[in-house]
Amino acid sequence: MHRVRTACLLAVLWLGAMVLPGHGARADAFADLASPQLAAVTAAISTLATSDDPQAGAALLALGERSLFAAPDGNVYIRHGESVVEARTGQPVASVPEGLKPIRLNNRIRTALAGAQAGRELLAPQPATRLRAADALYARHDPAMLPVVEHALAVEKDATVRTRLTEVRAATILGQPPAPDALAPRLEAVRALAAAGGPEARGILAALAQSDAEAPALRHEAQAAVSRIDWHLRAWGVAQNAFYGLSYGSVLLLAATGLAITFGVMGVINMAHGEMMMIGAYVTWMVQQAIRATVPALEPVVILVAIPVAFVVCGALGIVIERGLIRFLYGRPLETLLATWGLSLILQQAVRSIFGPTNIAVQTPGWLSGSVAVGGMDITLNRLAILVFAGLVLGGLMLVLRRTPLGLQMRAVTQNRRMAALMGIRTPRVDALAFGLGAGLAGLAGVAVSQIDNVSPNLGQSYIIDSFMVVVFGGVGNLWGTLAAALALGMGGKVLEPTIGAVSAKIAILVLVILYIQRHPRGMFPVRGRGVES
Amino acid sequence: MNPFSTHAPRSLRGVIWMAMAVVVAAGGLAVASLLPEGNPLHASAFVVSLAGKYLSYAMLALAVDLVWGFAGILTLGHAAFFALGGYAMGMYLMREIGARGVYGNADLPDFMIFLSWKNLPWYWWGSEHFAWAAVLVVAVPGLLAGVFGWLAFRSRVSGVYLSIITQALTYALMLAFFQNGLGFGGNNGLTDFKDILGADLHAPLTRAVLLLVTGLLLAASLLAARFVVGSRFGNLLVAVRDAESRTRFLGYRPEQAKLLVWVFSAMIAGLGGALYVTQVGIINPGEFAPANSIESVIWVAVGGRGTLCGAVLGAILVNLGKTLFTAWLPEFWLYGLGLLFIGTTLFLPNGLMGLWRHARKAPPEEVTPEVADTQGDEA
Repeated sequence: MHRVRTACLLAVLWLGAMVLPGHGARADAFADLASPQLAAVTAAISTLATSDDPQAGAALLALGERSLFAAPDGNVYIRHGESVVEARTGQPVASVPEGLKPIRLNNRIRTALAGAQAGRELLAPQPATRLRAADALYARHDPAMLPVVEHALAVEKDATVRTRLTEVRAATILGQPPAPDALAPRLEAVRALAAAGGPEARGILAALAQSDAEAPALRHEAQAAVSRIDWHLRAWGVAQNAFYGLSYGSVLLLAATGLAITFGVMGVINMAHGEMMMIGAYVTWMVQQAIRATVPALEPVVILVAIPVAFVVCGALGIVIERGLIRFLYGRPLETLLATWGLSLILQQAVRSIFGPTNIAVQTPGWLSGSVAVGGMDITLNRLAILVFAGLVLGGLMLVLRRTPLGLQMRAVTQNRRMAALMGIRTPRVDALAFGLGAGLAGLAGVAVSQIDNVSPNLGQSYIIDSFMVVVFGGVGNLWGTLAAALALGMGGKVLEPTIGAVSAKIAILVLVILYIQRHPRGMFPVRGRGVES
Repeated sequence: MNPFSTHAPRSLRGVIWMAMAVVVAAGGLAVASLLPEGNPLHASAFVVSLAGKYLSYAMLALAVDLVWGFAGILTLGHAAFFALGGYAMGMYLMREIGARGVYGNADLPDFMIFLSWKNLPWYWWGSEHFAWAAVLVVAVPGLLAGVFGWLAFRSRVSGVYLSIITQALTYALMLAFFQNGLGFGGNNGLTDFKDILGADLHAPLTRAVLLLVTGLLLAASLLAARFVVGSRFGNLLVAVRDAESRTRFLGYRPEQAKLLVWVFSAMIAGLGGALYVTQVGIINPGEFAPANSIESVIWVAVGGRGTLCGAVLGAILVNLGKTLFTAWLPEFWLYGLGLLFIGTTLFLPNGLMGLWRHARKAPPEEVTPEVADTQGDEA
């Protein structure tokens, strides 16, 4: 068995070497596709893959689609519906030959075909296609493809693709069984893979390091490379978790800033805050539907349109809620908590009645989907965008609080409501606007969340407890505290997650925050001042 | 500002009437359930278990009222104590199944065999004894409340902050109990119970007795709660509720008073949970959901915060409303509940009991005047 396989391999290599510049063997390759011997078929596939004959691609494609037929005379034909062409020449045949039989596929042939496809794409005009093909070959590192890879490497001009192809060649060389005289190129290949890094290279190298068939020098080299790659992978893993933590923290930040405003200024715990987020997400969906129905060309910028719309809708709703409900309950924070909880139940049920209880799909625009690889990290664009967005929102809020008359009045009311009123600030108006601002911020959070999470009537419920923890942990009425708490909770959860699991990490974070509040009842950054309650 | 009367807890007569009414109603239903099927007064098994559920919830409401109405602690996590009591009872009921489970193992409950566990976890020790289960039913919630309360009250976490961390506590417990690894049946919780103390749980007589026992224990809890709030200690609690700083300046230790009533209340909630499980036949992590705790607060608010009878009445009425509503107009129950929350806080600050007193032309005692430091205590 082993000998047969070696023979096949040699045949492949010989064929590969033969066909690269020449033409002579190609005629046989077409015929060999119909051969009853698997080895000959796969060899023919490899041969065709590297040829620049325009008919080769069509033949391989036809083989994959089961529209390649063999005639008893040894010629192969491609049949599409009624038309039949000769595979070798691409010329239509006058009369369909008798006794055409489809060439059957099996797994080995399919594998070879996939490799051949990648091999052909290595010669494609677009560098991106070539890179993708190289990636595919890297993952397979099939020794049979070595000639293809080397041929491609010889003609490749693009630096990125060249680097990748060098790695592919290294992996392919190492995929061959070890031979005593081939130690030097193999050692070189190990070094190339070590430089490439990544989990795939690690897999190949780890297998080499443990293989008894390898020379000791090579195993040693591979072992060293594995530990180096491991170290890198771990470091990048930490960075990746930090990014996840940061992005989750920024979602929490968006969810909690509005809550911090309403609680800080008015002492109102708004349990319907999560529902404001939910409404923001549904507004995003409605904006999307509206744009689809009217100006489909604007579809990529749905999110940008939804941001102001959600802010205004939720903000207006917030003002209505404040004027209609909250203002009757000032000075009774625990009652506002109950009343807003009731409101949240009504809003949830209303959304359920209008939009249905199931998740709705808010499309992520193309420019926000996908990810960028930074070293060993995968930065998903939508999470990156939320991070940036949260930063912008926080910055904007700071500007509003520091640079506008409303901000000044809000800070005055936060610090000493009675004194502010005595100075002529219309506190009811400030309350209404502050509540509207808080609700508007929740709407913005909803737009952001619609890009990464399911949008359903329960959306608010899944964020409300975490948002409260952020506000309480950070210290009420302090945006820097909210920022620090959101990032701490987001990062803390993600750092714990790999060791103890997602749910346990969440429990641990909750318990830690509970314990922290016992020590610091007013959070990390308590507000100090004359007007603050004891 | 506190709109609640300090006079209400002193009406011993009302509490005795309420306790008697509960016992009579539970006993009457129990007897009615034993009548033959054709009898017009016959109460079906469904009605009996529903009544048992209401009375168990009434115990939870009583527990919430003790801490919220009298000590001013708005708890958003009392359902956790209720559920813990339920789990403690559920463990015993689970072991009572014995070898009659699907896998026929006399020592291990089905879900543990399903997860291929070999031994009972240590905390299941002794769960085959009813007496031990009865201890756990109050000891576990009491212990958790003790630790949590000691930490929280000692460091003067109060008002909204305390509410939020009680909510976080029950949320964390819910997440934990959803995990299979904790050894409480994960998602499915504990169910498929068969006997209690050797009596068939599905037999009409057992159900009747359980309902009666629930009624009696609720009445006893009512009287015990009345004893607590009517004592000097009760006066101290009300003082803490209305002006914590002043009470402290006078030389009392508000945190100790709060801790005591908090633990006592958690125990009542645990007892309620245990009774609930025997009659409903299942306990699962959903009972820890923060929404449940908040709902129990609205029962108290509807009935009348700071009135023990009001808590019981509110729990029974709201749950009755829920049963009827969800049967007739399932879509509208959440609207109804939401409006109940809003309407009660806006228009019925003293709940139904306040309305009743008003109707009897006996307006509540004059409201405690607003003092400078209560603002700090409440916020």
